[in-house]
Amino acid sequence: MNLLIKNGRVIDPSQNIDDKMDLLIENGLIKEIGKGMAASDCVEVIDAAGKYVVPGLIDIHVHLRDPGLEYKEDIVSGTKAAVTGGFTSVCCMPNTKPVIDNKSVAGYIINKSRSEGFCNVFPIGSITYGLSGDRMSEMGELKESGCVAVSDDGKPVANSELMMRALQYAAGIGIMVISHAEELALVGEGTMNEGFTSTELGLKGIPRVAEDIATARETMLAEYTGTPIHIAHVSTKGAVRIIREAKARGVKVTCETAPHYFTLTDDAVRGYNTNAKMNPPLREADDVAAVKEGLRDGTIDAIATDHAPHHQDEKDVEFNVAMNGIIGLETSLPLSLGLVSSGVVTINQLIEKMSCNPSKILSLNRGTLGIGAVADVTLIDPEYEWVVEAEKLASKSKNSPWLGRKMKGAAVATIVGGKPVFRR
Amino acid sequence: MAEFKHKHIIALRDLSKDDIEMLLSSAESLREINSRDIKKVPTLRGKTIINLFYEASTRTRTSFEIAGKRLSADTVNITTSSSSATKGETLSDTALNLLAMKPDIIVMRHSVSGSHYYLADKVNCSIINAGDGAHEHPSQGLLDLLTMKDKFGRLDGLKVAIVGDITHSRVARSNIQGLTKMGSSVFLAGPPTMMPPGVERLGNVTVCSSMKEAIQDADVVMMLRIQQERQGKTLMPNAREYSRYFGLNPENLKLAKPNAMVMHPGPINRGVEMSSSTVDGDQSWILKQVENGVAVRMSMLYHVCGGEIE
Repeated sequence: MNLLIKNGRVIDPSQNIDDKMDLLIENGLIKEIGKGMAASDCVEVIDAAGKYVVPGLIDIHVHLRDPGLEYKEDIVSGTKAAVTGGFTSVCCMPNTKPVIDNKSVAGYIINKSRSEGFCNVFPIGSITYGLSGDRMSEMGELKESGCVAVSDDGKPVANSELMMRALQYAAGIGIMVISHAEELALVGEGTMNEGFTSTELGLKGIPRVAEDIATARETMLAEYTGTPIHIAHVSTKGAVRIIREAKARGVKVTCETAPHYFTLTDDAVRGYNTNAKMNPPLREADDVAAVKEGLRDGTIDAIATDHAPHHQDEKDVEFNVAMNGIIGLETSLPLSLGLVSSGVVTINQLIEKMSCNPSKILSLNRGTLGIGAVADVTLIDPEYEWVVEAEKLASKSKNSPWLGRKMKGAAVATIVGGKPVFRR
Repeated sequence: MAEFKHKHIIALRDLSKDDIEMLLSSAESLREINSRDIKKVPTLRGKTIINLFYEASTRTRTSFEIAGKRLSADTVNITTSSSSATKGETLSDTALNLLAMKPDIIVMRHSVSGSHYYLADKVNCSIINAGDGAHEHPSQGLLDLLTMKDKFGRLDGLKVAIVGDITHSRVARSNIQGLTKMGSSVFLAGPPTMMPPGVERLGNVTVCSSMKEAIQDADVVMMLRIQQERQGKTLMPNAREYSRYFGLNPENLKLAKPNAMVMHPGPINRGVEMSSSTVDGDQSWILKQVENGVAVRMSMLYHVCGGEIE
């Protein structure tokens, strides 16, 4: 099927395009970009006047919970949530049951997402077998079976020697290592950020230095071995500074942050709100400011959601007992567009961080509207106003701190491989 | 007198100065019952109170039970060590099952801070907090205030030193809230490993660099229990060294005002946070605290039931 998207503001940082143009998709690929293109008879036309037409958004950090934890989310509901949020590709973390540490599990995810999913799913294998933290997974086989990175997300690799060897080994294979950077001894039994709010609420705190130390270790290991590393969900002022300095020294480090780290502080925990409980925890105002500055100056390369669905029974409990994590796929775009309206980044920078850079970091071969590229395209209405309502979310889980909140901006069409898989 | 408007008593932070005065004033009226021959009035006859204790407690549970019984309420005790995290049913299910038996008040102690707010959202009876994690212990805070009032006849302008593990202390937090509201000032001392960040912003609080500085000219010296189990291996070297710098003894007690009172929420580790001579000495009000605990809890039960004194 051929598709002509007319009159939109085409924003493609990969080609330095930002102009009112038309986009023709043919046989699932970008065929042509130009002005005043005429629709031929066999073409479906989408009028994108007033909309942004951008390379499909990519979220390199989601938990699809499939296989094994389908009561929280599965590949069908998770990818439905993704396309509703404007994402054409997601990379799913390996803490499934069983863990993505072998080709059968990776293959299952790829096959199921191709046959039943709504968007591209790129699995991320584990750094260590079963996320055990004590020996490396078969990264070669993982890469050959379609994994685009390795990570023990949720569980830092505590053993520094193993982490260093994993970086070296992965670099030899050509697969990116994504680090969940936290020093576990300092995390302890903490349940929120350590600060005035934790003091007032009487909750055990996780000091920011737990993330800073681990981030410093990762950049030093990458520097020493000369290998690339990607730091997941950066949340602290210290981590932003450490990564900025490492980049300035030429260390091959990239990083991401999540919308909650540039929109919320640990004040959101007040009332013992378990939908404000995640790991790393929500931090303080100066961290939020530093994360925004990191986004602005390019220290932070990507925005990823850390979409972490949990069943109501896992969140509707006492605070300490509640699982860590929030869903994010359906709210990431409006929250991130807030960075544009508040002048933190330009819309071009934002599309880089939500599409071009994520593709580059994990070599996904997406993130562009270049002629001949796979036609993953997102149409965004930056003015669309809506309210986050649990029953209207596509995700199986409803653990969002933004329930009942007004949002501005949404995907109005999500096109994957030339097919409109979501229309609003 | 104004009406007590709260259905639950979960934290002194949630109460106004008037609320606290009302609770203390009723406690002063009610405590006369405790010295009668027949220690019982029909005030809460027909009311059912469940004491739901997820953490071990002797003093607080007994005190709440006696308070309920002296007001003629039917009291039931449930003590359980299993939390929803480990085994058994969830707190929510337990509460809903208890609720099906139509209690009027659930008095709960729980190891997780904030769990009473969670519970209050689920049930239609009153909730009284008998201690939640490191958050608050409002009945302890109130009985401490009542005891100070007994001695000084007022609760404003007092200098109160609190010494010990502030980070893990719900007693300290409730006292900070209560004393600040009543117009007194709190001086904290403890090893820096036991001093939570931003604690001085909780109220009229000064963090002192030493125990001496905190108790200098204090009207009240309140010592907190130190527990090797809780403070683990990383917050202090051992009880011996703790005692050297943060233990109360007759010598350093001289730094406080000559008529200063000594308090402790119990249970006491004699020879660790307090020498026996200070526990049993003339300035100790520790047993008066326990006595006042019954009166304060009677007042709390009475007010959340919204009744008039017959």
